[in-house]
Amino acid sequence: MSAISAQLPNQLADSAVMPTKRLLRAYFTEAKYETLRMFRTPAFAIPFLGLPVLLYLLFAVAIFGAAIRNDLNAGLFMFAAFALFGVMGPGIFGFGMLVANEREHGLLTLKRALPMPPPAYLVAKLLMAVMFAAIVMATMFAVMPLGHLHFSFAQFFALAAVGIFGALPFCAIGLFIGVRATSRSAPAFVNIIYQLMMHASGLFYPLPKFLRAIAPVWPTYHLQQLFFRVVGVPSQGSAIIHIAVLTGVTLLLSFFAMHRLASKG
Amino acid sequence: MDNAYLADLSGAKKKFGSIVALDGLDLQVRPGELFAVLGPNGAGKTTAISLLLGLQQPDAGTARLFGKSPQLVETRRQIGVMMQEAALAPELRVREQIDLVASYYPVPLTPEAAMELTHTTALADRPYGKLSGGQKRQVQFAMAIVGQPKLLFLDEPTVGLDVQARELLWVTLRKLVNNGASIVLTTHYLEEAEALADRVAVLAKGRVLASGTVNEIRSLVVRKRINCSTTLTVEEVAAWPEVENATAVKQRLLITVNNAESVLRRLLAADQNLREVEVRSAGLAEAFVELTQENKV
Repeated sequence: MSAISAQLPNQLADSAVMPTKRLLRAYFTEAKYETLRMFRTPAFAIPFLGLPVLLYLLFAVAIFGAAIRNDLNAGLFMFAAFALFGVMGPGIFGFGMLVANEREHGLLTLKRALPMPPPAYLVAKLLMAVMFAAIVMATMFAVMPLGHLHFSFAQFFALAAVGIFGALPFCAIGLFIGVRATSRSAPAFVNIIYQLMMHASGLFYPLPKFLRAIAPVWPTYHLQQLFFRVVGVPSQGSAIIHIAVLTGVTLLLSFFAMHRLASKG
Repeated sequence: MDNAYLADLSGAKKKFGSIVALDGLDLQVRPGELFAVLGPNGAGKTTAISLLLGLQQPDAGTARLFGKSPQLVETRRQIGVMMQEAALAPELRVREQIDLVASYYPVPLTPEAAMELTHTTALADRPYGKLSGGQKRQVQFAMAIVGQPKLLFLDEPTVGLDVQARELLWVTLRKLVNNGASIVLTTHYLEEAEALADRVAVLAKGRVLASGTVNEIRSLVVRKRINCSTTLTVEEVAAWPEVENATAVKQRLLITVNNAESVLRRLLAADQNLREVEVRSAGLAEAFVELTQENKV
């Protein structure tokens, strides 16, 4: 047992002060392990990282490749559809299901009891979702030439920004579900919203007229329009409004969710 | 507010709907002590700990850690926590779980040192989700101590541990206390409190029924047990006014008494063949049962 006493320092740390460097390290470590655990969950990583690019290759290259070659806008429409489909998933599922689960099964309680910097929990998940979105965008850019698409440098960076920042409203929607739903109901809520946002916003196909009128309630619609503006496909509405809606959804839902998380856990 | 206490719950009241979880509870943890909180299920142990950890706010009264609000993250940098229910990320390996918690503290141990102290080094590269229940508890213990906290909160730390792992954990707890740490431990295992605690509080219905050293709690219960081999029958002995209770166990008689000396005299006088007499004070277990039963819990 002398080995044990040898490992213990003579005095316990006398300071509760956290140097900035260590504080940043706490955020970094939380984000690192949050991302790592998602990479190690094949049921999460494979569909969210692999499906967008696979579906794009299937539809835009294998099936409709010949048709799209002559219709640049159709090609860009499909590129936007599958890229944004990939950007949505990690945020809404990563927050929606994990937060509900971790609230219910004590992990969040433990983290609240431990001296974790309070924002680190959400920041880590946010960085995970953004990291996944960045990987999705990178893989989509990698296969882009197969769909006969070419972007300028400016367009390339603007699209990357739309894709990566575009993950944020979906994180907020997921978080909002995650702080209110139980771990059993969260998958249902997340799926319903996810499907509605994909199919009722005109992301994958042009909508009938009556649905077109209400498409602007979905963040996906605004993200798609921003995407179109960058690549020069005819788009609706002003960029400022699209950005304002996406920012508003993000801030409003995050605010309500964080308030509830702080007060009820 | 007395800053000499590391953790201080004063007149704490907490209701959940119509259920009173804490009814004016006072608990104080002093530097360098191992303080055990005992009580039946629903006594308010976990609620009391939750208030001290800042997870909940008392409806009335105050909860203080190191003289400050437990809701401040600065305050909590001086504590380590092991909770009863915490489903940690199953995908992360043991070393990674410990490393993550270490990152929350200003001057933590290395994960390696924490694993060595808690005898979990062999588990370092195993995914947490693949561990047995007992191994998970050991890893949670490593996570509780890695920040070198001044005060450790351990909620039922040895549930699910085998005898050897429990003994090892006890040894580590004693080392930590010797090194200057203080520990608050809730437990169902009375022998755990008996083996480790400097001070014990017995909770029931959200109040402290009794607190003091293990010996003080034990002495609150005046009853003694006489165990002997005798030719007297259970009925004869049970009829004596000084005897509270008598039962026959394998041709021996187990007699519960308030005044051991007078019953012993009477036994010796009544039975020339009285043999193998043992007199024992009530253990903490008996004291606990008696204290909580008297309060009709």
